[in-house]
Amino acid sequence: MTENVLEQPHTLPKVKIDSPTSEPKWIRRSLITISVLFLSLFLLLPLVMIFMTAFQKGVDVYLASITNSEALSAIRLTFLVVLIVVPLNTLFGVLSAWLISKYHFKGKNILLTLIDLPFAVSPVIAGLIFVLLFGAQGLFGEWLLERDIFIIFALPGIILATLFVTVPFVARELIPLMQAQGQSEEEASHSLGANGFQTFMRITLPKIKWGLLYGVILCNARVIGEFGAVSVVSGHIRGLTNTMPLHIEVLYNEYQFTAAFAVASLMSLLALATIIAKNIIEWRTKEVSK
Amino acid sequence: MASLTAKKQKAFRLPGFKLSFGFTIFYVSLLILLPLSMILLHSLQLTWGEFWTIISDPRAVASYKLTIGASLVAALINVVFGTIIAWVLVRYTFPLKSLMDGLVDLPFALPTAVAGIALTALYAPNGWIGQFFDFKIAFTPLGIMIALTFIGLPFVVRTVQPVLESFRIEEEEASASLGANRMQTIRHVIFPTLIPAILTGFTLAFARALGEYGSVVFIAGNMPMKTEITPLFIMTKLEQYDYVGATAIASVMLIGSFFFLLTMNIIQWLIQRKYTKRVGA
Repeated sequence: MTENVLEQPHTLPKVKIDSPTSEPKWIRRSLITISVLFLSLFLLLPLVMIFMTAFQKGVDVYLASITNSEALSAIRLTFLVVLIVVPLNTLFGVLSAWLISKYHFKGKNILLTLIDLPFAVSPVIAGLIFVLLFGAQGLFGEWLLERDIFIIFALPGIILATLFVTVPFVARELIPLMQAQGQSEEEASHSLGANGFQTFMRITLPKIKWGLLYGVILCNARVIGEFGAVSVVSGHIRGLTNTMPLHIEVLYNEYQFTAAFAVASLMSLLALATIIAKNIIEWRTKEVSK
Repeated sequence: MASLTAKKQKAFRLPGFKLSFGFTIFYVSLLILLPLSMILLHSLQLTWGEFWTIISDPRAVASYKLTIGASLVAALINVVFGTIIAWVLVRYTFPLKSLMDGLVDLPFALPTAVAGIALTALYAPNGWIGQFFDFKIAFTPLGIMIALTFIGLPFVVRTVQPVLESFRIEEEEASASLGANRMQTIRHVIFPTLIPAILTGFTLAFARALGEYGSVVFIAGNMPMKTEITPLFIMTKLEQYDYVGATAIASVMLIGSFFFLLTMNIIQWLIQRKYTKRVGA
Protein backbone atom coordinates (compact mmCIF):
# COMPACT_ATOMS: atom_id res chain seq x y z
CA MET A 1 0.00 0.00 0.00
CA THR A 2 2.60 2.55 1.07
CA GLU A 3 4.82 1.61 -1.83
CA ASN A 4 1.98 2.38 -4.24
CA VAL A 5 1.45 5.85 -2.84
CA LEU A 6 5.15 6.58 -3.06
CA GLU A 7 5.30 5.47 -6.64
CA GLN A 8 2.43 7.64 -7.72
CA PRO A 9 4.38 10.87 -8.31
CA HIS A 10 6.48 9.05 -10.91
CA THR A 11 3.54 7.77 -12.87
CA LEU A 12 1.27 10.82 -12.62
CA PRO A 13 2.98 13.33 -14.96
CA LYS A 14 2.68 10.93 -17.91
CA VAL A 15 -1.12 11.16 -17.92
CA LYS A 16 -2.35 14.72 -18.13
CA ILE A 17 -5.03 15.20 -15.51
CA ASP A 18 -7.04 18.37 -15.17
CA SER A 19 -6.72 20.06 -11.82
CA PRO A 20 -9.68 19.22 -9.58
CA THR A 21 -10.18 22.89 -8.75
CA SER A 22 -10.14 24.16 -12.30
CA GLU A 23 -12.03 23.45 -15.49
CA PRO A 24 -10.89 21.47 -18.53
CA LYS A 25 -8.77 23.45 -20.94
CA TRP A 26 -11.46 23.70 -23.64
CA ILE A 27 -13.94 25.22 -21.19
CA ARG A 28 -11.35 27.71 -19.94
CA ARG A 29 -10.48 28.68 -23.48
CA SER A 30 -14.07 29.14 -24.59
CA LEU A 31 -15.00 31.17 -21.49
CA ILE A 32 -12.01 33.46 -22.06
CA THR A 33 -12.96 33.80 -25.73
CA ILE A 34 -16.57 34.64 -24.88
CA SER A 35 -15.46 37.27 -22.34
CA VAL A 36 -12.87 38.90 -24.57
CA LEU A 37 -15.28 38.97 -27.52
CA PHE A 38 -18.09 40.43 -25.42
CA LEU A 39 -15.86 43.12 -23.90
CA SER A 40 -14.29 43.98 -27.25
CA LEU A 41 -17.63 44.20 -29.04
CA PHE A 42 -19.50 46.12 -26.36
CA LEU A 43 -16.80 48.29 -24.80
CA LEU A 44 -13.60 48.44 -26.87
CA LEU A 45 -15.22 48.90 -30.28
CA PRO A 46 -17.27 52.00 -29.30
CA LEU A 47 -14.13 53.55 -27.83
CA VAL A 48 -12.07 52.88 -30.96
CA MET A 49 -14.90 54.16 -33.11
CA ILE A 50 -15.10 57.48 -31.19
CA PHE A 51 -11.44 58.28 -31.84
CA MET A 52 -11.47 57.11 -35.47
CA THR A 53 -14.55 59.17 -36.33
CA ALA A 54 -13.12 62.19 -34.50
CA PHE A 55 -9.97 62.13 -36.62
CA GLN A 56 -11.45 60.92 -39.93
CA LYS A 57 -11.33 64.39 -41.49
CA GLY A 58 -7.84 65.11 -40.26
CA VAL A 59 -6.19 66.85 -37.33
CA ASP A 60 -7.13 70.36 -38.51
CA VAL A 61 -10.86 69.65 -38.48
CA TYR A 62 -10.42 67.93 -35.12
CA LEU A 63 -8.68 70.91 -33.57
CA ALA A 64 -11.18 73.34 -35.10
CA SER A 65 -14.08 71.35 -33.60
CA ILE A 66 -12.69 71.51 -30.09
CA THR A 67 -11.39 75.08 -30.16
CA ASN A 68 -14.32 76.97 -31.67
CA SER A 69 -16.05 79.38 -29.32
CA GLU A 70 -19.09 77.17 -28.65
CA ALA A 71 -16.94 74.16 -27.78
CA LEU A 72 -14.68 76.26 -25.56
CA SER A 73 -17.62 77.79 -23.70
CA ALA A 74 -19.06 74.28 -23.18
CA ILE A 75 -15.70 73.14 -21.79
CA ARG A 76 -15.48 76.22 -19.54
CA LEU A 77 -19.02 75.71 -18.24
CA THR A 78 -18.39 72.02 -17.54
CA PHE A 79 -15.28 72.81 -15.51
CA LEU A 80 -17.03 75.60 -13.63
CA VAL A 81 -19.72 73.09 -12.62
CA VAL A 82 -17.00 70.62 -11.56
CA LEU A 83 -15.26 73.28 -9.45
CA ILE A 84 -18.47 74.01 -7.54
CA VAL A 85 -20.13 70.59 -7.32
CA VAL A 86 -17.18 68.30 -6.54
CA PRO A 87 -15.90 70.27 -3.46
CA LEU A 88 -19.44 70.62 -2.06
CA ASN A 89 -20.25 66.93 -2.41
CA THR A 90 -16.80 66.03 -1.07
CA LEU A 91 -17.45 68.14 2.03
CA PHE A 92 -20.84 66.49 2.40
CA GLY A 93 -19.32 63.03 1.87
CA VAL A 94 -16.70 63.53 4.59
CA LEU A 95 -19.07 65.08 7.14
CA SER A 96 -21.88 62.57 6.58
CA ALA A 97 -19.42 59.65 6.75
CA TRP A 98 -18.01 61.06 10.00
CA LEU A 99 -21.55 61.38 11.38
CA ILE A 100 -22.63 57.90 10.37
CA SER A 101 -19.44 56.07 11.34
CA LYS A 102 -18.66 57.81 14.67
CA TYR A 103 -22.00 58.27 16.41
CA HIS A 104 -25.12 56.34 17.31
CA PHE A 105 -28.40 58.10 16.74
CA LYS A 106 -31.97 57.30 15.81
CA GLY A 107 -32.93 57.27 12.16
CA LYS A 108 -29.45 56.42 10.89
CA ASN A 109 -30.82 53.87 8.42
CA ILE A 110 -33.33 56.36 7.05
CA LEU A 111 -30.51 58.86 6.56
CA LEU A 112 -28.42 56.21 4.74
CA THR A 113 -31.36 55.41 2.46
CA LEU A 114 -31.88 59.11 1.72
CA ILE A 115 -28.20 59.53 0.80
CA ASP A 116 -28.50 56.56 -1.60
CA LEU A 117 -31.74 57.77 -3.14
CA PRO A 118 -30.28 59.81 -6.03
CA PHE A 119 -28.74 56.56 -7.39
CA ALA A 120 -32.23 55.12 -7.83
CA VAL A 121 -33.81 58.21 -9.38
CA SER A 122 -33.80 58.67 -13.16
CA PRO A 123 -31.64 61.65 -14.24
CA VAL A 124 -34.66 63.06 -16.06
CA ILE A 125 -36.63 63.07 -12.79
CA ALA A 126 -33.61 64.64 -11.04
CA GLY A 127 -33.91 67.55 -13.45
CA LEU A 128 -37.69 67.65 -13.24
CA ILE A 129 -37.80 68.11 -9.46
CA PHE A 130 -35.74 71.30 -9.69
CA VAL A 131 -37.99 72.61 -12.46
CA LEU A 132 -40.94 71.93 -10.13
CA LEU A 133 -39.18 73.91 -7.39
CA PHE A 134 -37.72 76.85 -9.27
CA GLY A 135 -39.33 76.84 -12.74
CA ALA A 136 -41.85 79.45 -13.84
CA GLN A 137 -44.75 77.28 -12.59
CA GLY A 138 -42.78 75.90 -9.66
CA LEU A 139 -43.14 76.41 -5.94
CA PHE A 140 -40.76 79.40 -5.83
CA GLY A 141 -41.30 80.35 -9.47
CA GLU A 142 -43.23 83.58 -9.00
CA TRP A 143 -41.12 84.72 -6.09
CA LEU A 144 -37.95 84.30 -8.16
CA LEU A 145 -39.51 85.89 -11.25
CA GLU A 146 -40.42 89.03 -9.31
CA ARG A 147 -36.82 89.38 -8.23
CA ASP A 148 -35.31 88.56 -11.63
CA ILE A 149 -33.45 85.54 -10.27
CA PHE A 150 -32.91 82.79 -12.83
CA ILE A 151 -32.24 79.28 -11.64
CA ILE A 152 -33.84 77.08 -14.30
CA PHE A 153 -32.34 77.48 -17.79
CA ALA A 154 -29.31 79.01 -16.07
CA LEU A 155 -26.13 78.00 -14.24
CA PRO A 156 -27.67 77.56 -10.73
CA GLY A 157 -30.12 74.96 -12.09
CA ILE A 158 -27.33 73.00 -13.76
CA ILE A 159 -25.36 73.06 -10.51
CA LEU A 160 -28.33 71.99 -8.35
CA ALA A 161 -29.32 69.11 -10.65
CA THR A 162 -25.70 67.90 -10.86
CA LEU A 163 -25.31 68.20 -7.07
CA PHE A 164 -28.40 66.02 -6.60
CA VAL A 165 -27.24 63.33 -9.02
CA THR A 166 -23.74 63.07 -7.49
CA VAL A 167 -24.55 63.37 -3.76
CA PRO A 168 -23.90 59.69 -2.93
CA PHE A 169 -20.51 59.20 -4.64
CA VAL A 170 -18.02 60.35 -1.95
CA ALA A 171 -20.30 59.45 0.98
CA ARG A 172 -20.89 55.89 -0.32
CA GLU A 173 -17.14 55.36 -0.69
CA LEU A 174 -16.23 56.71 2.78
CA ILE A 175 -19.04 55.36 4.99
CA PRO A 176 -18.13 51.64 4.80
CA LEU A 177 -14.42 52.48 4.97
CA MET A 178 -14.71 54.62 8.10
CA GLN A 179 -17.12 52.15 9.71
CA ALA A 180 -14.60 49.35 9.19
CA GLN A 181 -11.72 51.41 10.58
CA GLY A 182 -13.47 52.09 13.90
CA GLN A 183 -12.66 55.07 16.08
CA SER A 184 -10.22 54.01 18.79
CA GLU A 185 -7.37 56.02 17.26
CA GLU A 186 -9.52 59.14 17.06
CA GLU A 187 -10.52 58.66 20.69
CA ALA A 188 -6.87 58.31 21.74
CA SER A 189 -5.97 61.46 19.82
CA HIS A 190 -8.82 63.38 21.40
CA SER A 191 -8.04 62.23 24.91
CA LEU A 192 -4.44 63.37 24.42
CA GLY A 193 -5.72 66.89 23.87
CA ALA A 194 -6.16 67.26 20.12
CA ASN A 195 -9.32 69.07 19.08
CA GLY A 196 -11.78 67.68 16.57
CA PHE A 197 -10.22 69.34 13.54
CA GLN A 198 -6.68 68.27 14.49
CA THR A 199 -7.90 64.73 15.10
CA PHE A 200 -9.55 64.63 11.68
CA MET A 201 -6.58 66.10 9.81
CA ARG A 202 -3.85 64.04 11.51
CA ILE A 203 -5.57 60.76 12.33
CA THR A 204 -8.64 60.21 10.14
CA LEU A 205 -7.61 61.84 6.88
CA PRO A 206 -4.40 59.79 6.39
CA LYS A 207 -6.44 56.61 6.92
CA ILE A 208 -9.15 57.50 4.42
CA LYS A 209 -7.19 59.48 1.82
CA TRP A 210 -7.25 56.81 -0.92
CA GLY A 211 -10.92 56.04 -0.43
CA LEU A 212 -11.63 59.77 -0.44
CA LEU A 213 -9.66 60.28 -3.64
CA TYR A 214 -11.48 57.35 -5.24
CA GLY A 215 -14.87 58.83 -4.36
CA VAL A 216 -13.81 62.27 -5.62
CA ILE A 217 -12.65 60.78 -8.95
CA LEU A 218 -15.92 58.89 -9.47
CA CYS A 219 -17.93 61.97 -8.50
CA ASN A 220 -15.86 64.10 -10.87
CA ALA A 221 -16.44 61.71 -13.80
CA ARG A 222 -20.18 61.74 -13.25
CA VAL A 223 -20.31 65.54 -12.88
CA ILE A 224 -18.49 65.99 -16.19
CA GLY A 225 -20.69 63.48 -17.97
CA GLU A 226 -24.12 64.15 -16.46
CA PHE A 227 -26.57 64.50 -19.32
CA GLY A 228 -30.21 63.73 -18.51
CA ALA A 229 -30.62 65.96 -15.44
CA VAL A 230 -28.68 68.84 -16.96
CA SER A 231 -30.61 68.45 -20.20
CA VAL A 232 -33.89 69.14 -18.39
CA VAL A 233 -32.75 72.23 -16.49
CA SER A 234 -30.32 73.85 -18.92
CA GLY A 235 -32.63 75.06 -21.68
CA HIS A 236 -29.90 74.32 -24.26
CA ILE A 237 -28.81 77.92 -24.73
CA ARG A 238 -25.80 77.67 -27.02
CA GLY A 239 -22.64 79.25 -25.71
CA LEU A 240 -24.36 79.90 -22.38
CA THR A 241 -25.89 76.84 -20.72
CA ASN A 242 -24.52 74.01 -22.85
CA THR A 243 -22.17 71.72 -20.97
CA MET A 244 -19.91 69.35 -22.95
CA PRO A 245 -22.43 66.46 -23.15
CA LEU A 246 -25.19 68.88 -24.25
CA HIS A 247 -22.87 70.39 -26.84
CA ILE A 248 -22.26 66.88 -28.22
CA GLU A 249 -26.02 66.34 -28.49
CA VAL A 250 -26.51 69.60 -30.37
CA LEU A 251 -23.70 68.80 -32.83
CA TYR A 252 -24.98 65.25 -33.34
CA ASN A 253 -28.53 66.39 -34.02
CA GLU A 254 -27.17 68.86 -36.59
CA TYR A 255 -25.39 65.98 -38.35
CA GLN A 256 -21.97 67.47 -37.52
CA PHE A 257 -20.71 63.98 -36.69
CA THR A 258 -16.98 64.69 -36.86
CA ALA A 259 -17.31 67.64 -34.50
CA ALA A 260 -19.58 65.68 -32.16
CA PHE A 261 -17.10 62.81 -31.99
CA ALA A 262 -14.18 65.24 -31.55
CA VAL A 263 -15.75 66.63 -28.36
CA ALA A 264 -16.75 63.06 -27.43
CA SER A 265 -13.12 61.98 -27.81
CA LEU A 266 -12.05 64.65 -25.30
CA MET A 267 -14.58 63.28 -22.83
CA SER A 268 -13.41 59.72 -23.56
CA LEU A 269 -9.86 60.76 -22.70
CA LEU A 270 -11.15 62.04 -19.36
CA ALA A 271 -12.95 58.72 -18.87
CA LEU A 272 -9.77 56.77 -19.63
CA ALA A 273 -7.84 58.98 -17.18
CA THR A 274 -10.51 58.21 -14.58
CA ILE A 275 -10.11 54.46 -15.11
CA ILE A 276 -6.31 54.68 -14.91
CA ALA A 277 -6.48 56.78 -11.72
CA LYS A 278 -8.93 54.27 -10.22
CA ASN A 279 -6.56 51.39 -10.97
CA ILE A 280 -3.57 53.23 -9.49
CA ILE A 281 -5.56 53.90 -6.30
CA GLU A 282 -6.65 50.26 -6.07
CA TRP A 283 -3.08 49.14 -6.56
CA ARG A 284 -1.84 51.57 -3.88
CA THR A 285 -4.42 50.44 -1.33
CA LYS A 286 -3.53 46.79 -2.01
CA GLU A 287 0.16 47.60 -1.49
CA VAL A 288 -0.63 49.37 1.79
CA SER A 289 -2.73 46.48 3.08
CA LYS A 290 0.08 44.05 2.27
CA MET B 1 -17.43 43.56 25.18
CA ALA B 2 -20.28 45.03 23.19
CA SER B 3 -21.86 46.57 26.26
CA LEU B 4 -18.48 47.91 27.33
CA THR B 5 -17.92 49.85 24.11
CA ALA B 6 -21.48 51.09 24.19
CA LYS B 7 -20.93 52.44 27.69
CA LYS B 8 -17.67 54.01 26.66
CA GLN B 9 -19.37 55.77 23.78
CA LYS B 10 -21.98 57.23 26.05
CA ALA B 11 -19.42 58.62 28.40
CA PHE B 12 -17.03 59.70 25.68
CA ARG B 13 -18.03 61.20 22.39
CA LEU B 14 -15.76 62.49 19.66
CA PRO B 15 -16.24 66.18 18.90
CA GLY B 16 -18.03 67.24 15.71
CA PHE B 17 -21.43 65.64 16.24
CA LYS B 18 -23.32 68.93 16.09
CA LEU B 19 -21.42 70.14 13.03
CA SER B 20 -21.66 66.90 11.03
CA PHE B 21 -25.27 66.21 12.09
CA GLY B 22 -26.38 69.75 11.34
CA PHE B 23 -24.67 69.93 7.98
CA THR B 24 -25.75 66.46 6.83
CA ILE B 25 -29.40 66.97 7.75
CA PHE B 26 -29.41 70.44 6.21
CA TYR B 27 -27.83 69.22 2.97
CA VAL B 28 -30.03 66.12 2.63
CA SER B 29 -33.21 68.06 3.41
CA LEU B 30 -32.50 70.89 1.03
CA LEU B 31 -30.99 68.94 -1.84
CA ILE B 32 -32.78 65.57 -1.71
CA LEU B 33 -35.92 65.67 0.45
CA LEU B 34 -37.35 69.04 -0.54
CA PRO B 35 -36.90 68.60 -4.33
CA LEU B 36 -38.20 65.01 -4.31
CA SER B 37 -41.24 66.02 -2.26
CA MET B 38 -42.21 68.23 -5.20
CA ILE B 39 -43.25 65.10 -7.13
CA LEU B 40 -45.67 64.21 -4.34
CA LEU B 41 -46.87 67.80 -3.91
CA HIS B 42 -47.57 68.32 -7.61
CA SER B 43 -49.15 64.87 -8.04
CA LEU B 44 -51.51 65.56 -5.13
CA GLN B 45 -52.91 68.57 -6.99
CA LEU B 46 -54.53 66.13 -9.41
CA THR B 47 -57.72 64.24 -8.67
CA TRP B 48 -57.42 60.47 -8.77
CA GLY B 49 -59.34 60.39 -12.07
CA GLU B 50 -57.05 62.92 -13.75
CA PHE B 51 -54.00 61.15 -12.42
CA TRP B 52 -55.25 57.79 -13.71
CA THR B 53 -56.05 59.21 -17.16
CA ILE B 54 -52.49 60.52 -17.53
CA ILE B 55 -50.70 57.42 -16.29
CA SER B 56 -52.92 54.93 -18.16
CA ASP B 57 -52.64 56.73 -21.49
CA PRO B 58 -51.79 54.08 -24.14
CA ARG B 59 -48.59 55.94 -25.05
CA ALA B 60 -47.50 55.91 -21.39
CA VAL B 61 -48.36 52.22 -20.99
CA ALA B 62 -46.40 51.36 -24.15
CA SER B 63 -43.41 53.25 -22.71
CA TYR B 64 -43.63 51.33 -19.40
CA LYS B 65 -43.72 48.02 -21.23
CA LEU B 66 -40.75 48.92 -23.41
CA THR B 67 -38.70 50.31 -20.51
CA ILE B 68 -39.32 47.33 -18.25
CA GLY B 69 -38.90 44.77 -21.05
CA ALA B 70 -35.69 46.22 -22.48
CA SER B 71 -34.22 46.75 -18.98
CA LEU B 72 -35.06 43.16 -18.03
CA VAL B 73 -33.47 41.67 -21.16
CA ALA B 74 -30.38 43.86 -20.73
CA ALA B 75 -30.03 42.98 -17.03
CA LEU B 76 -30.38 39.25 -17.80
CA ILE B 77 -27.76 39.44 -20.58
CA ASN B 78 -25.49 41.18 -18.08
CA VAL B 79 -26.12 38.53 -15.43
CA VAL B 80 -24.98 35.78 -17.81
CA PHE B 81 -22.03 37.52 -19.45
CA GLY B 82 -21.11 39.59 -16.39
CA THR B 83 -20.79 36.45 -14.26
CA ILE B 84 -18.69 34.72 -16.95
CA ILE B 85 -16.47 37.81 -17.27
CA ALA B 86 -16.03 38.11 -13.49
CA TRP B 87 -15.15 34.39 -13.33
CA VAL B 88 -12.63 34.65 -16.16
CA LEU B 89 -11.02 37.78 -14.69
CA VAL B 90 -10.61 36.20 -11.24
CA ARG B 91 -9.75 32.60 -12.11
CA TYR B 92 -7.81 32.55 -15.38
CA THR B 93 -4.77 34.26 -16.78
CA PHE B 94 -4.64 35.40 -20.38
CA PRO B 95 -2.90 38.11 -22.39
CA LEU B 96 -4.18 41.69 -21.92
CA LYS B 97 -6.20 40.59 -18.88
CA SER B 98 -5.58 43.80 -16.91
CA LEU B 99 -6.63 45.85 -19.95
CA MET B 100 -9.89 43.91 -20.13
CA ASP B 101 -10.36 44.33 -16.38
CA GLY B 102 -9.92 48.10 -16.64
CA LEU B 103 -12.24 48.24 -19.64
CA VAL B 104 -15.13 46.93 -17.52
CA ASP B 105 -15.30 50.33 -15.77
CA LEU B 106 -15.73 52.20 -19.05
CA PRO B 107 -19.54 52.49 -18.83
CA PHE B 108 -19.15 54.03 -15.34
CA ALA B 109 -16.57 56.56 -16.53
CA LEU B 110 -17.81 57.38 -20.03
CA PRO B 111 -20.50 60.08 -20.23
CA THR B 112 -23.79 58.50 -21.26
CA ALA B 113 -24.23 60.87 -24.21
CA VAL B 114 -20.84 59.81 -25.58
CA ALA B 115 -21.77 56.15 -25.23
CA GLY B 116 -25.09 56.94 -26.87
CA ILE B 117 -23.72 58.49 -30.05
CA ALA B 118 -20.95 55.88 -30.35
CA LEU B 119 -23.37 52.95 -30.07
CA THR B 120 -25.81 54.60 -32.46
CA ALA B 121 -23.10 55.14 -35.07
CA LEU B 122 -21.91 51.52 -34.68
CA TYR B 123 -25.35 49.91 -34.98
CA ALA B 124 -26.91 52.29 -37.53
CA PRO B 125 -27.77 50.52 -40.84
CA ASN B 126 -24.54 51.82 -42.45
CA GLY B 127 -22.45 51.56 -39.26
CA TRP B 128 -19.47 49.28 -38.55
CA ILE B 129 -21.70 46.58 -37.06
CA GLY B 130 -25.11 47.55 -38.46
CA GLN B 131 -24.05 46.96 -42.07
CA PHE B 132 -23.66 43.21 -41.47
CA PHE B 133 -27.32 42.75 -40.54
CA ASP B 134 -30.22 42.92 -42.97
CA PHE B 135 -32.55 44.06 -40.19
CA LYS B 136 -32.39 47.34 -38.32
CA ILE B 137 -30.73 47.39 -34.86
CA ALA B 138 -30.41 51.08 -34.06
CA PHE B 139 -33.78 52.89 -33.83
CA THR B 140 -35.54 49.66 -32.73
CA PRO B 141 -36.07 48.10 -29.27
CA LEU B 142 -33.00 45.98 -30.05
CA GLY B 143 -30.87 49.13 -30.06
CA ILE B 144 -32.33 50.16 -26.70
CA MET B 145 -31.37 46.76 -25.25
CA ILE B 146 -27.80 47.16 -26.53
CA ALA B 147 -27.44 50.60 -24.92
CA LEU B 148 -28.86 49.29 -21.62
CA THR B 149 -26.56 46.26 -21.72
CA PHE B 150 -23.57 48.60 -22.16
CA ILE B 151 -24.66 50.72 -19.18
CA GLY B 152 -25.36 47.80 -16.83
CA LEU B 153 -22.40 45.48 -17.43
CA PRO B 154 -20.05 46.84 -14.72
CA PHE B 155 -22.73 46.51 -12.03
CA VAL B 156 -22.79 42.71 -12.35
CA VAL B 157 -19.04 42.21 -12.91
CA ARG B 158 -18.02 44.49 -10.04
CA THR B 159 -20.38 42.90 -7.52
CA VAL B 160 -19.57 39.27 -8.43
CA GLN B 161 -15.80 39.79 -8.76
CA PRO B 162 -14.97 40.54 -5.08
CA VAL B 163 -17.07 37.56 -3.89
CA LEU B 164 -15.16 35.24 -6.22
CA GLU B 165 -11.84 36.75 -5.09
CA SER B 166 -12.61 36.10 -1.44
CA PHE B 167 -13.82 32.54 -2.15
CA ARG B 168 -11.63 30.02 -0.38
CA ILE B 169 -10.08 27.36 -2.61
CA GLU B 170 -10.18 24.91 0.33
CA GLU B 171 -13.94 24.58 -0.07
CA GLU B 172 -13.54 23.54 -3.69
CA GLU B 173 -10.75 21.13 -2.73
CA ALA B 174 -12.96 19.65 -0.04
CA SER B 175 -15.77 19.21 -2.52
CA ALA B 176 -13.45 17.60 -5.09
CA SER B 177 -11.85 15.29 -2.55
CA LEU B 178 -15.30 14.12 -1.43
CA GLY B 179 -15.86 12.87 -4.97
CA ALA B 180 -17.72 15.72 -6.64
CA ASN B 181 -16.82 16.36 -10.24
CA ARG B 182 -16.08 19.91 -11.36
CA MET B 183 -19.63 20.60 -12.59
CA GLN B 184 -21.07 19.42 -9.26
CA THR B 185 -18.62 21.61 -7.33
CA ILE B 186 -19.57 24.63 -9.42
CA ARG B 187 -23.30 23.94 -9.10
CA HIS B 188 -23.47 23.06 -5.41
CA VAL B 189 -20.48 24.83 -3.82
CA ILE B 190 -19.48 27.87 -5.84
CA PHE B 191 -22.75 28.95 -7.41
CA PRO B 192 -24.84 29.20 -4.18
CA THR B 193 -22.35 31.64 -2.64
CA LEU B 194 -22.46 33.75 -5.79
CA ILE B 195 -26.26 34.05 -5.91
CA PRO B 196 -26.61 37.04 -3.52
CA ALA B 197 -23.93 38.97 -5.45
CA ILE B 198 -25.48 38.07 -8.81
CA LEU B 199 -28.89 39.21 -7.53
CA THR B 200 -27.42 42.48 -6.27
CA GLY B 201 -25.73 43.01 -9.64
CA PHE B 202 -29.01 42.27 -11.41
CA THR B 203 -30.88 44.70 -9.14
CA LEU B 204 -28.39 47.51 -9.70
CA ALA B 205 -28.21 46.97 -13.47
CA PHE B 206 -31.99 46.76 -13.82
CA ALA B 207 -32.65 49.82 -11.61
CA ARG B 208 -30.07 51.83 -13.54
CA ALA B 209 -31.56 50.72 -16.87
CA LEU B 210 -35.09 51.77 -15.84
CA GLY B 211 -34.04 55.40 -15.44
CA GLU B 212 -31.37 55.54 -18.14
CA TYR B 213 -31.72 58.39 -20.59
CA GLY B 214 -28.45 59.62 -22.13
CA SER B 215 -27.24 56.45 -23.80
CA VAL B 216 -30.70 55.40 -24.99
CA VAL B 217 -32.07 58.64 -26.42
CA PHE B 218 -29.78 58.56 -29.48
CA ILE B 219 -30.14 54.89 -30.39
CA ALA B 220 -33.85 54.54 -29.57
CA GLY B 221 -35.40 56.36 -32.51
CA ASN B 222 -37.97 57.76 -30.07
CA MET B 223 -41.12 56.77 -31.96
CA PRO B 224 -44.18 57.08 -29.70
CA MET B 225 -45.74 53.66 -28.95
CA LYS B 226 -42.76 51.87 -30.52
CA THR B 227 -39.36 53.03 -29.28
CA GLU B 228 -40.17 55.65 -26.65
CA ILE B 229 -38.86 54.83 -23.17
CA THR B 230 -40.53 56.33 -20.08
CA PRO B 231 -37.75 58.84 -19.21
CA LEU B 232 -37.98 60.13 -22.78
CA PHE B 233 -41.77 60.33 -22.51
CA ILE B 234 -41.30 62.54 -19.41
CA MET B 235 -38.82 64.66 -21.38
CA THR B 236 -41.31 65.06 -24.27
CA LYS B 237 -44.02 66.19 -21.86
CA LEU B 238 -41.59 68.71 -20.33
CA GLU B 239 -40.74 70.11 -23.74
CA GLN B 240 -44.48 70.66 -24.29
CA TYR B 241 -44.62 72.44 -20.88
CA ASP B 242 -46.93 69.68 -19.61
CA TYR B 243 -45.42 69.71 -16.11
CA VAL B 244 -48.45 68.02 -14.57
CA GLY B 245 -48.25 65.09 -16.97
CA ALA B 246 -44.48 64.79 -16.56
CA THR B 247 -44.84 64.74 -12.76
CA ALA B 248 -47.57 62.10 -12.82
CA ILE B 249 -45.47 59.78 -15.03
CA ALA B 250 -42.41 60.51 -12.86
CA SER B 251 -44.34 59.46 -9.74
CA VAL B 252 -45.21 56.13 -11.43
CA MET B 253 -41.50 55.59 -12.18
CA LEU B 254 -40.45 56.45 -8.62
CA ILE B 255 -43.08 54.19 -7.05
CA GLY B 256 -42.24 51.43 -9.53
CA SER B 257 -38.52 51.46 -8.77
CA PHE B 258 -39.21 51.71 -5.05
CA PHE B 259 -41.32 48.53 -5.13
CA PHE B 260 -38.76 46.78 -7.32
CA LEU B 261 -35.94 47.57 -4.88
CA LEU B 262 -38.14 46.52 -1.95
CA THR B 263 -38.99 43.19 -3.61
CA MET B 264 -35.34 42.49 -4.37
CA ASN B 265 -34.40 43.25 -0.76
CA ILE B 266 -37.04 40.81 0.47
CA ILE B 267 -35.79 38.13 -1.94
CA GLN B 268 -32.21 38.69 -0.73
CA TRP B 269 -33.39 38.41 2.86
CA LEU B 270 -35.29 35.16 2.12
CA ILE B 271 -32.24 33.65 0.42
CA GLN B 272 -30.00 34.64 3.29
CA ARG B 273 -32.42 33.11 5.79
CA LYS B 274 -32.68 29.87 3.82
CA TYR B 275 -28.90 29.78 3.61
CA THR B 276 -28.27 30.31 7.32
CA LYS B 277 -30.97 27.77 8.20
CA ARG B 278 -29.32 25.14 6.06
CA VAL B 279 -25.94 25.82 7.65
CA GLY B 280 -27.54 25.72 11.11
CA ALA B 281 -29.18 22.34 10.45
